[in-house]
Amino acid sequence: MSYGPYGEEERYTISGIRFSLLSPREIREMAKVTVIRADIYESDGSPIMGGLRDPHFGAIEPGERCPVCGNLRQDCPGHFGKIDLARPVMLPHLGEHIYRLLQATCRNCGRILIPNDKAAYMLQVYRRLKERWPVLADIFAEEVAKGASSTTECPHCGTKQYKLRLVKPYYLYEVREEGEVRLTPSEIRERLERIPDDDAELLGWDPKSSRPEWAVLTVLPVPPLSVRPSITTESSQRAEDDLTHALVEIVRQNERLKNFIASSAPESMIEEAWNTLQNVIAAYIDNELPNIYQLSHRGRKQLKTIAQRLKGKEGRLRGNLNGKRVNFSSRTVISPDPLISINEVGVPVEVAKILTVPMVVTPYNIEDARRYVLNGPYKWPGATVVYKKRENVKIDLRYQRNLRQLAESLEPGDIVERHLIDGDIVLFNRQPSLHRMSIMAHRVRVMPGRTFRLNLLVCAPYNADFDGDEMNLHVPRLDEARAEAEELLLVEKHILTPRYGGPIIGGRQDYISGAYLLTVKTTLLDINKVRELLRGVSDASVELPEPAILRPRPLWTGKQFISMFLPKGFNFRGRAKINAGDLKCDSEDCFYDSYVVVSDGRLLEGVLDKNTIGAEQPESLLHYLVLERGSEEGRRFLDTVFRAFIKMLELKGFTVSLSDVLVPAETMKRIKSMVANAKNDVIDLIRQYNEGTLEIIPGRTPEESLELRIIQRLQRLRDEAGKTAIDYMDVFNNAFIMARTGARGSDINITQMAAMLGQQTVRGRRITRGFRTRTLPHFKPGDLSPEARGFVAGNFRDGLSPHEVFFHAAGGREGLVDTAVKTSQSGYMQRRLINALQDLYVAYDGTVRDSENNIIQFRYGEDGIDPQKTYHGRAVNIDRIIEEVKNVTGGGAGA
Amino acid sequence: MPSTVKQPDRRILDHFLVPKHRILSLEEAVEVLNKLGIKPWQLPRISVNDPVIRLLGGKPGDIVEIVRNSPTAGEYVTYRVVVSY
Ligand SMILES: [Mg+2]
Ligand SMILES: [Zn+2]
Ligand SMILES: [Zn+2]
Ligand SMILES: [Zn+2]
Repeated sequence: MSYGPYGEEERYTISGIRFSLLSPREIREMAKVTVIRADIYESDGSPIMGGLRDPHFGAIEPGERCPVCGNLRQDCPGHFGKIDLARPVMLPHLGEHIYRLLQATCRNCGRILIPNDKAAYMLQVYRRLKERWPVLADIFAEEVAKGASSTTECPHCGTKQYKLRLVKPYYLYEVREEGEVRLTPSEIRERLERIPDDDAELLGWDPKSSRPEWAVLTVLPVPPLSVRPSITTESSQRAEDDLTHALVEIVRQNERLKNFIASSAPESMIEEAWNTLQNVIAAYIDNELPNIYQLSHRGRKQLKTIAQRLKGKEGRLRGNLNGKRVNFSSRTVISPDPLISINEVGVPVEVAKILTVPMVVTPYNIEDARRYVLNGPYKWPGATVVYKKRENVKIDLRYQRNLRQLAESLEPGDIVERHLIDGDIVLFNRQPSLHRMSIMAHRVRVMPGRTFRLNLLVCAPYNADFDGDEMNLHVPRLDEARAEAEELLLVEKHILTPRYGGPIIGGRQDYISGAYLLTVKTTLLDINKVRELLRGVSDASVELPEPAILRPRPLWTGKQFISMFLPKGFNFRGRAKINAGDLKCDSEDCFYDSYVVVSDGRLLEGVLDKNTIGAEQPESLLHYLVLERGSEEGRRFLDTVFRAFIKMLELKGFTVSLSDVLVPAETMKRIKSMVANAKNDVIDLIRQYNEGTLEIIPGRTPEESLELRIIQRLQRLRDEAGKTAIDYMDVFNNAFIMARTGARGSDINITQMAAMLGQQTVRGRRITRGFRTRTLPHFKPGDLSPEARGFVAGNFRDGLSPHEVFFHAAGGREGLVDTAVKTSQSGYMQRRLINALQDLYVAYDGTVRDSENNIIQFRYGEDGIDPQKTYHGRAVNIDRIIEEVKNVTGGGAGA
Repeated sequence: MPSTVKQPDRRILDHFLVPKHRILSLEEAVEVLNKLGIKPWQLPRISVNDPVIRLLGGKPGDIVEIVRNSPTAGEYVTYRVVVSY
């Protein structure tokens, strides 16, 4: 492990990667053993020479010395072997390439089917393109091949050309007059050999690194044992790697073919053995090719061959190279802690004792360092490793008996690997990491318990809840990384999101209810209440204003309390969430308190609710506060006032009970009669339909018209029933408060609890599925009445009848299926987007460029504006500036 | 391009959905490239077969300035290099 920037050792830069075919010569030269035996072990258990565990594949047992390089297994790199194929075999993935090449060249002389002069000119063009625009060159080569393929007579030797037919993955047929003739791999190889280098190049090949005929194998490389290790189980049973199994099969088929040829077996038998060998080699390379017999274990489990090792989410690329497991990270369940800052994360002591940070000892921190070392690895805050600079040794404190002496010996320059302590910067993450706020930096607060603790306000950006969610934590260790995390990723710098230019962090649920209860006109706080609220806030730097009411005893309003935390000179006006329906009002001194006015940092009118302090609410009080006063001020507001909202709920008590959705019998009677009316209307509609007098909606069939009209009528019924029930509720009904303020639930939820569930739908239609002419056996066949087609007149308070439960479940299921489908689809779309956009960046001149400095945009977003710092996408908010000027010049209201 | 191919209708140049194209002079082109610190092929591309480029008589290698209306920026200037495909 090294701590600093890398030393002076030589470094190389990869300038490119080229994939090419191995030539038979290369394969033969690197092979240290030729495999000719299909068995692996002798009867005494020792590996067979010339088998797939021949010691020349490299040393793998402890103490074994490699017969090739003479090293022990730590130093032996492993060595390739080979299998000499009795007959040539195609590389299965190159079927299409070979087909294109053969179709474009002469079957006799191998030249490209283009006249000499033209071919020479095209080659020139191709080479020039290849330099500048390699992708284009490929397209050009494809076009050349297409052109050449349609030629019927060789312009060089005059031989007649036949069409070829490719049967995937690798069978080629020549369509002659007498019928289709299959080309054997040997014939194919001979033809490929005849293609000159220049012609191959013009057809998109690079003959210097990959001659076409190398696409037909004559010798197969066998990877070293370190690539296909065998496993010994506890019962000393040997289990070989899947690749070894596949190779055994190849050797077996190869030897069989050899025998047939040597014994001059009938041509058909040789053909059959040859095909089998071809198939086995194809499966060894990719066991999931179409039209091949897959290799499998005796237990029918498919073998994992070369392509299967690389492919897919858990393959080498996505599983081991793009996504590696990392050190200095931790994962556990999360739980809430409203008392820590949004910038903090609670870390269990047990985690803090494992995650460490290197600390370079200086004269200024040597006392701390000594204390950590003295505490050792098991007592927090301690240290796990000490690196002594002078001696250049690393000391593991777990095995160190004399910690006192070690602590004494510390000197500047030594490095102490100390436990995580309060104030350390860590990265915190919750999957799926869909936007940049999915990974943010927090300051550590070490605490007892076994869960990560986080402030409830940061649930929004992580989309976290506490029903068992787990999150990851990563420790940046070097100073640069820590500084970068703190400056760029700290939670308070992400209160505003670039997604839509508004706060993503903000009040939800109880914070909203609490804010409403605190600021509503009826709330008056005596000195004890005020003190209690302030204690929850724990910010001593505020000054209590003169109470709004002096006698009989001093009382403060909730608005006065909020105002203590609003910065001087801050102004805001806008509608509250409750400003809707009967409480709709745009007057500055709205009687219902539904228009919010903040003037010079004082909340004068209106209640605070979702529209002013809610999460994901752009152009709100919270948004302007954070945007205009800075993220630190914004964080302070969230860490103080929001705590008072919660405290307010604690003081007052806030709950929903059955009585909140109780409706007087008389109201229920009215709802009943409304249901009866609606049913009559529906029956009438059905009658009209049967008589053929129903008014048909343009563009709809009579059946569709009937269904639409019925749905509309029943929708109206539910709305009316809901309104009837809600109208009855008093303003201090908690369920109603939550719905109005946007804390949780909506009018529909209240309607469903107090009045009726209403029509249940599947795919936007009434429920029709089930039996042939009816939904359930409770109804007569062909019954189109509301209750037989998923209309639920019952409510959650009174409970549902059995068929109502069934319809509700049918409707609810659709939503679940939708979310499941949507997440998987949008997840894949996200992956493709990220892969396409990941290396674009905004350059210092404001242009957007990719990794090769190609220009993507001449100005970021065309206007060069960071959406995080906008008013809901607009860079400037003129209205607000005018308002501001008015206030400064004294022209506006207030003060 | 074969001369038998019909030229596009000149009126497309005045259509409100077609942004204003202008082929830069050599001096202007060099200035643009120097300002951005790039070679021509690092610019976005436009085909010689693009109707507007055909009307303006653009040749591969030319650099066109395109001024388009932008919902976010009002007016947005881009440059594209004419390519032969
Ligand atoms: Mg959850
Ligand atoms: Zn060696
Ligand atoms: Zn070796
Ligand atoms: Zn020929």
